[in-house]
Amino acid sequence: MNMNKEDLLVEMKGISKSFPGVQALENVDFDLRTGEVHALLGGNGAGKSTLIKVLTGVLKPDKGKIFLYGEEVTIRSPQHAQELGISTVYQEINLCPNLSVAENILIGREPMKRGVIDWKAMNAQADEILRRVLGMDIDVTRLLGSYSVAIQQMVAIARALEIESAKVLILDEPTSSLTANETQQLFSVMRKLRSEGVGIIFITHFIDQVYEISDRITVIRNGKLISCDQTASLPKMELIVKMIGRSINELDDMENIKRKMADNISETSVLEAENLGKYEWIQPMDLDVRNGEVLGLAGLVGSGRTETALLLFGIDDPDSGTLKIDGKNVRKFSPTNSIHLGVALSPEDRKDAGIVDDLTVRENIILALQSGQGLLKYINVQQQKKIADEFIRLLDITTPSVDQPVKNLSGGNQQKVILARWLAIHPKVLILDEPTRGIDVGTKAEIQKLVLSLAEEGKAVIFISSELEEVMRCSHRVVVLSDREKVGEFSGDTEEHVLIEKMAGSVT
Amino acid sequence: MKKKSMSETFRRLTESRIFLPILALLIILLFDAIFIPEFFKIQVRGGDLYGRVIDIMRNASTVMVLAIGMTLVIATGGIDLSVGAVMAIASSVAAIMMNPTIIGVELPPNLLAFINDPNFTYSPLWEVILVTLAVSIVCGLWNGLLVAYMDIQAMVATLILMIAGRGIAQLITNGVRIQIFYEPYSFIGQGWILLPFSLYIVAILFLITWLITRKTAIGMFIESVGINPKASHYSGIKEKRIKLLAYTFCGFCAGLAGLIASSNIKTSDAFNIGKTIELDAILAVVIGGTSMSGGRFSLPASLIGALVIQAITTTMYALGVPAFALQAIKGLVVVFVILLYSEPVRVLLNKVTSEKGRPL
Repeated sequence: MNMNKEDLLVEMKGISKSFPGVQALENVDFDLRTGEVHALLGGNGAGKSTLIKVLTGVLKPDKGKIFLYGEEVTIRSPQHAQELGISTVYQEINLCPNLSVAENILIGREPMKRGVIDWKAMNAQADEILRRVLGMDIDVTRLLGSYSVAIQQMVAIARALEIESAKVLILDEPTSSLTANETQQLFSVMRKLRSEGVGIIFITHFIDQVYEISDRITVIRNGKLISCDQTASLPKMELIVKMIGRSINELDDMENIKRKMADNISETSVLEAENLGKYEWIQPMDLDVRNGEVLGLAGLVGSGRTETALLLFGIDDPDSGTLKIDGKNVRKFSPTNSIHLGVALSPEDRKDAGIVDDLTVRENIILALQSGQGLLKYINVQQQKKIADEFIRLLDITTPSVDQPVKNLSGGNQQKVILARWLAIHPKVLILDEPTRGIDVGTKAEIQKLVLSLAEEGKAVIFISSELEEVMRCSHRVVVLSDREKVGEFSGDTEEHVLIEKMAGSVT
Repeated sequence: MKKKSMSETFRRLTESRIFLPILALLIILLFDAIFIPEFFKIQVRGGDLYGRVIDIMRNASTVMVLAIGMTLVIATGGIDLSVGAVMAIASSVAAIMMNPTIIGVELPPNLLAFINDPNFTYSPLWEVILVTLAVSIVCGLWNGLLVAYMDIQAMVATLILMIAGRGIAQLITNGVRIQIFYEPYSFIGQGWILLPFSLYIVAILFLITWLITRKTAIGMFIESVGINPKASHYSGIKEKRIKLLAYTFCGFCAGLAGLIASSNIKTSDAFNIGKTIELDAILAVVIGGTSMSGGRFSLPASLIGALVIQAITTTMYALGVPAFALQAIKGLVVVFVILLYSEPVRVLLNKVTSEKGRPL
């Protein structure tokens, strides 16, 4: 590729941005050419989002210049950025779930007929856009919220491309909630756009996807530019080392730890589900996990992993079967009762069901412990601080103080705060639903190691992840789900392809 | 070194939750000090204190009582529009218990003669207060059940009682305004022990509520439910029960405010007692910095919010603003106060204070 100046869509030079107490970006350069997919990588808190926010006019840089199509610009606001042809599709979808798909796509430019919206034309137009741009065939008159997150994401992309006619498209972790199939669909759209000259900035945590789709890779760490390479000339291992700033030999050690621990697994089950199920939610299944064991739940998106977790934790009532904790039948299914029985769930959706964002780190950590003790047995602030400090140290949570609102922490640290909340109740069974989603490689490894060390202490852990490799690495046993049904159970040493076949079993 | 720690204290002060409400109140009082002669003059009459400032506090006491309950409801992410109507119900219940002849209770002739006597009451005072508060608690419970367990939006659920409540209040008294002659009852709103008696009610209510919310886990649970009900549920907090508790308590506060208001005007007036006062209570909470979407709350800040509203009204009266212009001018002042809270003004304010706080 020749470095023709005219190819440049975006050029950011020497961008610096600081927040009180943090240098979020320090003299970072970044550019985007026409017709390329440029991956932007870095850990949580590395400065990726800050850089994107500068480019999209959400934040104003302290220093540095931005050139767009060769001319220096000052981007005043997100609207201004959009007018300039820079569109962003965020990880959290910012469309209206209570409007129809067609309305979401065409909002603001609905086709009119005699002063009122021409619904027929609008639906037809939206339908046509989805087919043409994404090759998707869905009912555009249904409410957006009735579709899966994956489809909502696609609709957001369709809107950005078609309506805002973007030349620069920023995809902020677009694939984190997509199935493999949908990801491929998205990639084919990205390739098509690339061939049409659109520049795409692709932010993700999935390294494999970066290699599949991107032309160049820029790595940021601690607010500094680490490197910018052609994807083809950057070996995977080297990339990971760049991202986490240290060697990853430790990852290989985990297999060994796991094997050693297998001897410590107790004979009796601490959690035992028999024929447990709920109509139209999850098929009845048997499941058990023992002290000192990590049980993995594997399956595709929508296979019933989360549903199983919610049932075991008592968010939902089963309508068949029994659940025993420590040999005793569970009669009342509620989170409160589960906490009393020593069952903890770190939920899949951190933002929605995990963190209480305006409360402090301290309060977030003691929340479940306090609710387990009831209203009146108040844990006073001194004790709260002590407990919070202990877990901040134990889990290596990066926060300026225990009294910091948890929303000011990075995603990885928020996840650790939720883990701390559940570890604080000293659970017997810990259910972790996607504890590493949206988290950088370094923190990911930390959490995986933590899972193993918890089992080593004798806790029973149920580990759920959509990354099969991770499930295999951490679990002694793996239960495979497909179409809301348990389809198999394997030892943790099983070859990956055996599981993949099982997972894909009923998917045609 | 000393200077730095001083600017640090100053910064902490300006970031504190209660700073803006106090600033707003101070601005109004400063205005009063300049433009209204003898505004701060306090007289001693018969061992009690009188003056405009004391008037402000006394007149604000009903809104302060309501604001305490409203703060907790708003912190859970809800709202209670029915407090004014519950005040009317409370005043009707209290009046009918002291003088039940209106609903056909026959008094023996020897008692009937005393019906207008300042020392006569049909039911003893403690019974009147207890039953009135119990009825108000039931009203709050009703709101709480609709919001927490029936999943009805708070504004709709409490709107029901807001509309029906005044009707209920009239049904209780057969549609009649009952005069209250019993003197000890009047002491609730008009009594004076150095300071107006109603201020002691506010103080005790505040103290108890503050202790309950900050020395048990209730305060944190209320905030947690207001910020993220789903995450709270997942953390084992019984979020429905927390909401029920908040609405029930708000009903109790409304009953208390009803007692104060009716003893103040010596009538049960189902139409006018607490009319549009729910809006003042909500405004007080908002001026106190609690977000309407729920979450973090501060009881002292809400009390100051109530004082701000009353200070505005009293100032207008003192300046001789005609009654018909009062609402409009009050609105203008409230807009000014609320502007203090807006993001752009906050940023500006922070800039000014941080420059001043910088060591020379």
